[in-house]
Amino acid sequence: MPITETESAAEDISTEETKPSFIEEYAPIAKDGLWNNNAVFAQMLGLCPLLAVSNTVINALGLGIATMMVLIISNMSVSLIRNIVRSEIRLPVFVVIIASAVTAIELVIHAWFHELYLVLGIFIPLIVTNCAIIARAEAFASKNTLGKSFFDGLMMGLGFTLVLVALGTLREVIGMGTVFANAHIMFGDGMQWMTIEVFPNYEGFLLAILPPGAFIGLAFLLAARNYINQKQQEKNKNQKQQALNLEASAV
Amino acid sequence: MFLAQSSPFLKPGLSVSKMMTVVTLLMLPGIVTSTYIFGYGVLVNIILAIIFALAFEATILYLRKRPVAIYLNDKSALLTAVIIGVALPPLAPWWLTFIGLFFAIVIAKQLYGGLGYNTFNPAMVAYAILLISFPAEMTTYWQTPAMLAAQFDGQTLTLLETLNFQLFGQLPAGMTIDALTSATPLDIVRTSVLNGSATIDEIHTEGHAFGQFGGMGSEWVNLAFLAGGLFIMKKGLISWHIPLSLLATLGFLSLLFGSFELDSNPSPLFHFFSGATMLGAFFIATDPVTAPTTPKGRIFYGAGIGALIYIIRTWGGYPDAIAFAVLLMNMSAPLLDYYTQPRVYGHKADERDNEASS
Repeated sequence: MPITETESAAEDISTEETKPSFIEEYAPIAKDGLWNNNAVFAQMLGLCPLLAVSNTVINALGLGIATMMVLIISNMSVSLIRNIVRSEIRLPVFVVIIASAVTAIELVIHAWFHELYLVLGIFIPLIVTNCAIIARAEAFASKNTLGKSFFDGLMMGLGFTLVLVALGTLREVIGMGTVFANAHIMFGDGMQWMTIEVFPNYEGFLLAILPPGAFIGLAFLLAARNYINQKQQEKNKNQKQQALNLEASAV
Repeated sequence: MFLAQSSPFLKPGLSVSKMMTVVTLLMLPGIVTSTYIFGYGVLVNIILAIIFALAFEATILYLRKRPVAIYLNDKSALLTAVIIGVALPPLAPWWLTFIGLFFAIVIAKQLYGGLGYNTFNPAMVAYAILLISFPAEMTTYWQTPAMLAAQFDGQTLTLLETLNFQLFGQLPAGMTIDALTSATPLDIVRTSVLNGSATIDEIHTEGHAFGQFGGMGSEWVNLAFLAGGLFIMKKGLISWHIPLSLLATLGFLSLLFGSFELDSNPSPLFHFFSGATMLGAFFIATDPVTAPTTPKGRIFYGAGIGALIYIIRTWGGYPDAIAFAVLLMNMSAPLLDYYTQPRVYGHKADERDNEASS
């Protein structure tokens, strides 16, 4: 009895002193996934499906969500078995988990979103080769708890989906003058109204739909991201400088 | 008596600005001929292209915080604009020129670092992008050559009518775009040979594609560009390597395949004097920034372009091929430069290979 008492007391102390709050623990994961360590912007992973499938918003959204689901499933599974699997054989085990998740997602899309399945085609099975997924399993899920791994998968997937959709919007607007064309293949026939014609009577700019347009568009998105980061850094520097100046003047 | 002369004894080379001006001026014979044959649209294209080019160049230089006046004065944007203006179909709508110049100046030139840093020829990047994106406008808006129109009682446009069509898309009452335009010689030859619908002899007797010695109409334009090109060569602004190897390869290939199958392969003269061959050989492929710098490299480069022109014209998806051929060889220019470095005095020829292997 006294032993358990001291143990629980020690636990109490540690939770009070060192355990960070929920937000402090999860906010960095969200920030990493969405911006700082974004799968596309920062890690440059998964570019092949990104460039191939982002020709319309709906295609981009479809592949983005499928990738996100795979990421969540694989992250959670890897996190659950992280203490059982020996580190020597961890990579084959991860690959088997990811491949099973992709197969399951592929069957789901095939069953319920058949038209989307036909459009995305080979790129659904190819999610298995998306390096972002095994990178997260190795770098995050194999070292963190179930909850955190789930959240990391969600945020990384969301970050990937957002970039895909941004690129998809850019290419669809410039290339065809519409947004959400073919919305029914994802949301059902009732959602045809979602298709917006940005420019009526637009003749189309074929380059944006073709692969070169994907590369040019991605380059512009990356340039914009770098520009924002640079501005942010300058701002931080200025603030630090001002704080230093204030201190100096106070002294 | 000796003429006393103090140092420096070396004559300075032409400045970039002066060189660009001379090359642009020597395009004038070609431009005038082209205007005479294809109508005022050529002039409108060139003027629009120059306005757009200078505007884009000034804007992006300002955004990049470079001295606008100095860089505008190097006139490289002017030359790019004139080349695009000549290369575009004469009845091209204004937005085609606008998009082309945007890709040429902003993306292919300035985003790569400005003059001297661009890997790809800006004018040809613009042309390739337009050809891929707007194939209908780029291939069918060629006004019927003057001699053909006179022969078959075709219609032509005055300067004002041309402007009205290119800027606002309005044709005079009773005229259609189909009545004004006709397929280019290269297009006619390629489609009939591909379909197997007509042999070269039959096309000849129809009289739409072949002129005196080259393509109907475009033969005179090519002749004028050849004259201008020979003149810049004589002035020492370009070396003989690229144009000669380009034309020699193109001529050799067309002679070779023509001697096997006379029915479906036009003569070397037709290849030389139709499409944009001479413009490409003397004014586009010789761009000092995107071509190799060593003599041997230049010969390979020109030969590569010549071979690609023949391959794409004969078996490719497009009637003419200057843009694609030049862009493909632009990519290999650094490699050609690396492998054709001349022996430096005092070193053995295979010094570098030894260094690499050891």
